[in-house]
Amino acid sequence: MSNLGRRKFILYSSAALGSSILLKACGQATDTTNPDSSSGTTSTPSGDTIKVGILHSLSGTMAISETTVVEAEQLAIKEINAAGGINGKLIEAIVEDGASDWDVFKEKAEKLIDQDGVAVVFGCWTSASRKAVKDVFEAKDHILFYPLQYEGQECSKNIFYTGAAPNQQIEPAVDWLLENKGTEFFLVGSDYVFPRTANTIIKAQLEAKGGTTVGEDYLPLGNTEVTPIISKIQAALPDGGVIFNSLNGDSNVAFFKQIRDAGLTPDKYPVMSVSIAEEEVRQIGAEYLVGHYASWNYFQTVETPENEKWVTDFKAEYGDDRVTNDPMEAAYIMVYLWKQAVEAAIAGGAADAYDLEAVRNAAIGQEFAAPEGPVTMNVNHHLSKTVRIGQVREDGLFDIVWATDGPIDPQPWNQFVESTKGLGCDWSDPTKGEQYQI
Amino acid sequence: MTELLIGIFNGLSIGSVLLLSALGLAIAFGLMGVINLAHGELMMLGAYTTFVVQNVFRSFGEPWFNLYILFALPIAFLVTAAVGFGLERGVIRYLYGRPLETLLATWGVSLILQQFVRSVNWAIAAGLTAFLLKDVIRWLVLKVLSWKSFDHEKIRHGFQQWAIPAGLFLGFGVLFGINQTANTTLTRPWFSARNVDVTAPKWLQGGISFGTAQLPYSRIFIIVLTLICLAGMYWFLNKSNWGLRIRAVTQNRQMSACLGIPTAKVDALTFALGSGLAGIAGVAIALLGSVGPNTGQNYIVDAFMVVVVGGVGNLLGTILAAMGLGIINYLIGSGTFVTLFTKMQAPDFFTEIASFFATTSMAKVMAFALIITFLQFRPAGLFPPKGRTAEL
Repeated sequence: MSNLGRRKFILYSSAALGSSILLKACGQATDTTNPDSSSGTTSTPSGDTIKVGILHSLSGTMAISETTVVEAEQLAIKEINAAGGINGKLIEAIVEDGASDWDVFKEKAEKLIDQDGVAVVFGCWTSASRKAVKDVFEAKDHILFYPLQYEGQECSKNIFYTGAAPNQQIEPAVDWLLENKGTEFFLVGSDYVFPRTANTIIKAQLEAKGGTTVGEDYLPLGNTEVTPIISKIQAALPDGGVIFNSLNGDSNVAFFKQIRDAGLTPDKYPVMSVSIAEEEVRQIGAEYLVGHYASWNYFQTVETPENEKWVTDFKAEYGDDRVTNDPMEAAYIMVYLWKQAVEAAIAGGAADAYDLEAVRNAAIGQEFAAPEGPVTMNVNHHLSKTVRIGQVREDGLFDIVWATDGPIDPQPWNQFVESTKGLGCDWSDPTKGEQYQI
Repeated sequence: MTELLIGIFNGLSIGSVLLLSALGLAIAFGLMGVINLAHGELMMLGAYTTFVVQNVFRSFGEPWFNLYILFALPIAFLVTAAVGFGLERGVIRYLYGRPLETLLATWGVSLILQQFVRSVNWAIAAGLTAFLLKDVIRWLVLKVLSWKSFDHEKIRHGFQQWAIPAGLFLGFGVLFGINQTANTTLTRPWFSARNVDVTAPKWLQGGISFGTAQLPYSRIFIIVLTLICLAGMYWFLNKSNWGLRIRAVTQNRQMSACLGIPTAKVDALTFALGSGLAGIAGVAIALLGSVGPNTGQNYIVDAFMVVVVGGVGNLLGTILAAMGLGIINYLIGSGTFVTLFTKMQAPDFFTEIASFFATTSMAKVMAFALIITFLQFRPAGLFPPKGRTAEL
């Protein structure tokens, strides 16, 4: 049987291989119900266009989140083009797939800059991918717009950060909890750089403000067994207290399901999350999250005319069942901020959008009436943003229970952590730059 | 006292999830010497089946919805057993006695299955059905021909050569044909890459209170489920005719074949059974965590540790290893050792080590270290197969 069997096996396995490749191809093909979302260029002839790069993971583990951000960016580009483009020139988007692989991000960034000659790149989600392309953008002195809230402790001349710095998300959340929910904190996070850095900041902040960290635990990414953590929480906080959650991905589902089954209800054990937005609530199941909190700059329920219009437009473009969230909003507004910077640079004497030095200088100080409220680009390349705390309600959206009066200025260098206390960043002044003593 | 009870309960509950996910793997590995890297994906299929059954029952309304999990168990068992059967017939049976090739082939299958749930839509399902149609046609033709006096072998051989290219042609044709119509209901993925949400029925939410702690019903359900599966397995292997044949083939394949036991059928059945158990494990983990294309990956490594520590093909070893690992993981991760050592006024050295490892991710490191140490002394696990009966 071995001879025939082997031949048959080769036939079968090649068939299996062939169909797996085909499945993958179809998987990508099925994502392209909207022709604009496909990889490659939109079909406008170049010459009279401004090329921009979009660099996110369209495949791999991060694709779930990053494709939504791409959609938001493409919506903004479509709107700008429909309104006549930038000084009469249309924007041509070149979409590249970073494939959730940081080396691929690096390659694609080089490709966009060198071969495609883009004027700007909108991209990245994870800090790992941003750190990977940071060198490329600095070496080639190019521009990246980055839409995610992140752990701070970075300030690049070549990157514009339109998500929150820790003092625009984590720190206000801790302050609010101290004031409203108790002073004893249990910190839970995934075991990698963002949660560990975030928890270092939180512990330093609690120490400075009179709170206590009663416990701290980290789950390996993807782990779903949280029984030991629940026991620890019950031992450390027998009468209830605050849980600060910086878990990422699948572990969140397990965490929220299991703490509820173990009787840790939101009235006694409120959980504050910093990486759970509308999209994640939908995936976990709103019924497991009702009553818990999240801290962001934007929620779909923000009541501004700009947001009402944006949510309507987004649903009209991508479907009524879709939700908008903070990273998508930051991705959407960064396209407009860049557009304004280009217009300002040209008004100031620059030849076109490809005069990167002029665009970079003109970007500082740009204001935009965003769905989340007014935002301003600061000298440290971060946005002034309003901070909000939302409580999950039954339909999976958030009730905004607290918000700052207005935008808060960003501090990329953390002021609670000893090593970066007193440091600032200022790209408008050549004597100051990335790090200077305030 | 209650703390101790709760500690034991928690350790057992972690252990029973481990056991449930390792049981099917242990059967395929132990009884047939097959290392099935697609076992995690079979669990994932079980979890997705739970999701589908849940959605069907949701449309039936309230009294039925509460019972969906009881229907999901047999359906998930049958679905994954069928997939496992296909896997054995299509891939694994050509690779017996070659563990490395089996490893690679099943790993490939696991990647295909992951991508399958991400991409599957009506177009792909139709293409796949068209591809499988060739087997139905072959079966029918050979059935009809067996009544006449045609050259049976020649025709069978002809099919051998042409069935797969023809099937591929047919399958791709249907798939591309449907994709060309650009009908979004046909080309939209059923599940996509996003995780989906399985909600436990009302009676599995919450738990029994014990002072500050609470024993979740879902955990109790999983423990009971594990006990039932174990009892079922024990009965099947030791009391049923097929169990007898499985044990016979395990002990001496050639002799069993000589005595008229259809070894190929026994292999396929055993593998299907192990796969079905993976499906049941999938239902259980859907109650605890998330259901997504990567779900199986989170459990496969732990399941392997259980099988390796337990020894090959031994139910008792698998049980002890799963419970042992569950309890060790819990005791280290929850910091019980720290409190214990502090109370005992043990030397600072021990307390410091214990508190260093007292987080969930470090507990995993410690468990790995203990397993490596253990395997230095008993390389074949807790209960190694004795003497010449081992067929590895």
